[in-house]
Amino acid sequence: MAKTKVLERKPLTFSEKTYIPQVASGLAATFVNMFKKSVTLEYPEVRPVIPENYRGVPTLVKDPKGRVKCVSCQLCEFVCPPKAIRIMPSEIDGEESDRAHVEKEPAAFDINMLRCIYCGLCQEVCPEEAIFLQDTFSLSGYTREEMVFGKDKLLKLGGTLPDNHFKWDKKKQAEENSENHH
Amino acid sequence: MSFLDYLIPVFYALAMVGVFMTLCAYSVLAERKVCSLIQRRVGPNRAKIPIVGHIPIIGKILTRLGLFHPAADGLKFLFKEEITPQHVRIGYYYLAPLIALAPALTTMVVLPFGRYIDVSGMVQPIALANIDVGILFILAVSSLGVYGIVLAGWASNSKYPFLGAIRSTAQMISYELAMGLSILPVFLWAASPGSDYGLSLFGVVQSQQGLWLIIWQPISALIFLIAIFAETNRLPFDMAESETDLVGGFHTEYGAFKFGLFFVAEYAHIIMGSALFVLLFLGGWHFLPGVADPWPDGLIGILCSISWFMLKIFFMIFFFIWMRWSMPRFRYDQVMHLGWKILLPLAVANFVFYIFLIAFIDNLNY
Repeated sequence: MAKTKVLERKPLTFSEKTYIPQVASGLAATFVNMFKKSVTLEYPEVRPVIPENYRGVPTLVKDPKGRVKCVSCQLCEFVCPPKAIRIMPSEIDGEESDRAHVEKEPAAFDINMLRCIYCGLCQEVCPEEAIFLQDTFSLSGYTREEMVFGKDKLLKLGGTLPDNHFKWDKKKQAEENSENHH
Repeated sequence: MSFLDYLIPVFYALAMVGVFMTLCAYSVLAERKVCSLIQRRVGPNRAKIPIVGHIPIIGKILTRLGLFHPAADGLKFLFKEEITPQHVRIGYYYLAPLIALAPALTTMVVLPFGRYIDVSGMVQPIALANIDVGILFILAVSSLGVYGIVLAGWASNSKYPFLGAIRSTAQMISYELAMGLSILPVFLWAASPGSDYGLSLFGVVQSQQGLWLIIWQPISALIFLIAIFAETNRLPFDMAESETDLVGGFHTEYGAFKFGLFFVAEYAHIIMGSALFVLLFLGGWHFLPGVADPWPDGLIGILCSISWFMLKIFFMIFFFIWMRWSMPRFRYDQVMHLGWKILLPLAVANFVFYIFLIAFIDNLNY
């Protein structure tokens, strides 16, 4: 058993009983505090620094060549715990030659921000690195409909993120060189 | 007497009430600002009055200093819905805030706040009424303020206000004694045998032309200061409110403008307490201890003495606020212990000591 050490409580000295030195030291402490810099962040004007890998609002991103990266595989839709994501897949326009071989893109991509729990599973599961939880942390709207974010809004929020792979470009190249690209 | 002779005192009185109420409003702001500084926040800095607040640089500075907040606070209290709980005793419930505020405003009548030199070359105080027994008047009337609190506690007909009122009464009785005893030596000191000042506040101030009384009588000053803190219900003797255990204490059942009156009364008491302490111990409008007043003659001298007095009052108000945000509250029984067992005997001993000292000094002179 651990030994308990009984601390001796000394009776108050005379100066402590008068309270005066204690009050004076308290006043000194608060007085010094008055000249320190305020720690308040005046929120709406000044925004906090958002750390990297912050899980804010989920967004859709484009690659540096301005193409939508999502291929509507619907993995995020399936993994989403609160079922906030709804995707309507469609085929890619044949005329969009740069991307025609990707086969699918979302016709509609809705995230219901009233349901989203910001868990980040969609980002984790996405094989195309197309959905990211970024640094927007404060959302508001007047109606429930307004809080269901459509594809355009998500793309606008997401912007463009750097891409190290250009996976589909490589696949296209491989195909053109008639290698086995699968 | 002509009509004008009646009108001028009324005008003076109204002007004084105006200045006093403005001071009250701005001490609320000072309270919030000093609190925020001590807690390293920025404090109120948003309220803005349309035209003045939009003057390019000045408007921004005024807004940041929060100078428009007292107006916003006042308007808020005025326009809020007046809610009267069903269980209160109606008449007394409405009467209580008025009784709390009236004594605080009445005491300022005898408060000398500056000096002028009349035609015969005598120094005269500037006050609404320069009466011989000024301190007696202030002590008598300012103690009536507790009736407002007691009445509020009783009329609210609810347990927390009631407890707050009981505490406040007990506290008031225990500190009134020590306070009275602590300022007796001051008047013994100030009014030499044969002087015609007696209990007048002006006499006390005039006796401090050399050294201030806080230097001659530090113990009296300390007891008086502590008692003033208790009288004004400020922390560390915040018995009447006791937010932590009594919700809001005596004003728990009050809202809107009635609460506003209590609020103003509290700050009016603080200003009166500060003024009294400055008059009795910090030399009133006299410049510095041991230094002759450098005030010039005429109107400028009058204004100088008034502003110097105001400056000291501002310091004391700051001290009150500073103290509030540094100290925790005493427990109820500790307050009683301090009042009855420490301050009262100390005040008596102090009184006796100065009786002998003054008698000794007087004998030396003859």
